[in-house]
Amino acid sequence: MSGTSVIDSHTYPLAFENIDTDQIIPAQFLTTTERAGLGRYCFYHWRYDDKGDPRADNPLGGYRAERHQVLVAGANFGCGSSREHAPWALLDFGVRAVISSQFADIFRNNALKNGLLPLQVEQSVVDFLLNRPDHPVRIDIAATRLQVPGLGTIDFPLDPFPAHCLARGIDQLDYILQHEPLIARHEQRHEY
Amino acid sequence: MSASPDAKTLFEKIWQQHLVKAESLAGGDDAPAIIYIDLHLLHEVTSPQAFAELRRRGLRVRCTDRCLATIDHSTPTLPPDANGHRPYVTEAAHQQVETLYRNCAEQGIELHGWDSPNRGIIHVMGPEMGATQPGMTIVCGDSHTATHGAFGALAFGIGTTEVGHVLATQCLLQRKPDTLGIRVEGPLQPGVSAKDVILHIIGRIGVDGGTGSVIEYYGSTIRAMDMEGRMTLCNMSIECGARAGMVAPDQVTFDYLQGRAMAPSGAAWDRAVQHWSTLTTDADARHDRQVEIDATGIEPSVTWGTHPGMVIGISENVPERQDGAGRDALDYMQLQAGSPLAGAPVDMVFIGSCTNSRLTDLRIVAAVLKNRKVAAGIRVLIVPGSEQTRRAAEDEGLDRIFLQAGAEWREPGCSMCIGMNGDIGQPGDLVVSTSNRNFKGRQGRNVRTVLASPLTAAACAVTGRVTDPRSFLEVQA
Repeated sequence: MSGTSVIDSHTYPLAFENIDTDQIIPAQFLTTTERAGLGRYCFYHWRYDDKGDPRADNPLGGYRAERHQVLVAGANFGCGSSREHAPWALLDFGVRAVISSQFADIFRNNALKNGLLPLQVEQSVVDFLLNRPDHPVRIDIAATRLQVPGLGTIDFPLDPFPAHCLARGIDQLDYILQHEPLIARHEQRHEY
Repeated sequence: MSASPDAKTLFEKIWQQHLVKAESLAGGDDAPAIIYIDLHLLHEVTSPQAFAELRRRGLRVRCTDRCLATIDHSTPTLPPDANGHRPYVTEAAHQQVETLYRNCAEQGIELHGWDSPNRGIIHVMGPEMGATQPGMTIVCGDSHTATHGAFGALAFGIGTTEVGHVLATQCLLQRKPDTLGIRVEGPLQPGVSAKDVILHIIGRIGVDGGTGSVIEYYGSTIRAMDMEGRMTLCNMSIECGARAGMVAPDQVTFDYLQGRAMAPSGAAWDRAVQHWSTLTTDADARHDRQVEIDATGIEPSVTWGTHPGMVIGISENVPERQDGAGRDALDYMQLQAGSPLAGAPVDMVFIGSCTNSRLTDLRIVAAVLKNRKVAAGIRVLIVPGSEQTRRAAEDEGLDRIFLQAGAEWREPGCSMCIGMNGDIGQPGDLVVSTSNRNFKGRQGRNVRTVLASPLTAAACAVTGRVTDPRSFLEVQA
C-alpha cells in the first residue's frame, strides 16, 4: 500500500481465529498521545510474561521483521475495539499485509487508512499458508493478486478507492474538503 | 434491498437523510459516499493524534457545537488525595487527559471534565444529557458507540484518522453497509434482562455474525424494553461484528428524552417528535438478512470463553469443543468441557461499563445486596456510568447499601471494562463482569472474565460463585 505496490515476503502464521485488538495491542499501551513507536507493544502479552521477560511459548518467537512482512491469521482478524493503535502497532512491528478469510470492519477500515493491507482470501488459501510457515508470497496490490508458489495466483477484493487515492496521491481528508460546497448545502437544508 | 420500491428500512431513511454525496459509480473514482455526522463524541484515548493532524494541516474544527467531549477511559475512579491529586495509573494517563483539555480549549469544544456534573462514560453521558437523539448520525472513536442506536440513531465507532476527518469536515467517507433484521418476540422470563438477550443473540449468530451489517432490533421483546435495556442491547452489537445496532424510536424513547438538557423543547420538541415518529422500517421494507429469536426461551446468560460469542445459559454445561479456539479458550479459562459453569469460584465482581452502569442496573444490584454481605474474600467494584447516575444512586441511598454489603463504590469511568486506568484483576482471577468483552487479558493479565447481567453479577457477589440469579428472585418473592 505504502511505497511500492508489490510486496515480496515470507509469511508468518498465527493459527488463531478472532485475534482481537486487545491481543494486537493491550489497552494499557493506549495512553500514548503519539502514533509512532507502538511496534514494541505489538502482541505484547504474547511476547512477554508478567515481568516483561520474553515468553518461551511466544507465538511470534520466530518472527523476523526483515523477513516477515505478511502475517497469516485465522478468521475475524482485528475484532473488538476501534483503536487505530492496532494497525499503527502492526506497521511499526514490520507487518505490511495480513492474510485472513475475514476481517472485522473497523480494523479493515483503520488498516486501509494507514497503508496496511487486509488481504481477504478463501479459508482454503489461509489453511494452505498456515500449514506452510515461512512460505514465500508475492502480493501485487495494483493488480489485487496474490501469488502463492505451490498453490497458484489468487485474486483478492480491495476497496478501489484507497488504492485509487494512493495511486494518484490523493489524500482522503483533502478529498472530503474538496466537497465543502456540498457539505455547506447539506447543513443549510437539514435541521437535524 | 426493499420489496417495494419506496419502502425503506430505518437505516436507509437515516442514511439517505445524511448523504452529502452518493457513492460514485464503479469505473470512475469508485468513491464511497460522503455522509454528514450530526454528533461527534470525543474522549481522551482516540483523539490526540487526530487533533495533532488538524494542527499539522492548519485546519480548525468545522462544527464545535456538534462535538461533545469527556474523559472516561484513562481516568482514576478513586477520589483525589488531600492535596487534590488524582491517582492516575501513570503519568502518561494523566498527560492524555491534560491533552484533551488543551485540545478542547484550543478548538472551542465543550468538554465535560472533572468539574462537570455530567462527566461520565461517553455512551452514558450523551443519552443522559439528551445529546443523543433519534435520526442522528453519531460517531466516536470507540466501538461501543453503537449504544446510541437505541434511540433510533445511526451510531458507530471509527478510528482516529476518521476522528480527524469528522473534526475537520463533519463528514465521513462510507460504503453503505447491509442491514440485518433481528426480530425478538415474546416476554422475558423472570431474572432475564436485555444483557441476557444480547449475550444470547451473539452466542446464536456468532462473534462475526454481524460483520458488514447494521442491525435493527425489533419485535415485542424490544418494544417492552426501557431505554436503558435498549442501550445495553445496542451497545454489544459490535461484539457480533456489526457496524451498528438500532431500535426504532417510540413513545418510550420520547418520554426518556423530554426535558433533558440538550433535547429540543417547546415548538421544536413537537416538530422533532413529528420527525422522529417517521423513523421506522416501512411494513414493505426488507432487511438484507433476517434472524428470528424466541425470547421466552432465553435464560440468564453468561460467557464461558474468551470472546463474547462463547455463551451459555446459566443452567447449561460448558460445551464440548474440539476445535483449536474452543480448546484454547477452555485452557485459558481453566474450565472443564461438559461441566457446569455455575458453581465456579469467583474472585472479583465488576458492576459498570457503558453496557451496564446506569441507574436501573444499579437498582437491580442494590436489591440483591440489600441486607446481605459480599461473600468472604471477594472484591466487588461498583462503578456508576456518570456523575448524574452517581448522584441519582446516592439520592436513593444505593451507595450505602453497596458499602454496607462490603462492595466498593467508585467515581464514574470505564474502569475495569478496559482496565486502562489501573482498575484490573490479579493474574488468574475469575471476574464476573457486567461489561462487554471477555478477551484474554482485557481485565488484567491472565484474568478470566465471565460476562453477565447486573442481576447475575450481584448474585455471584453474594455467593462467591457463578450463580443462577433466579434463586435470589425466589427468596425475595
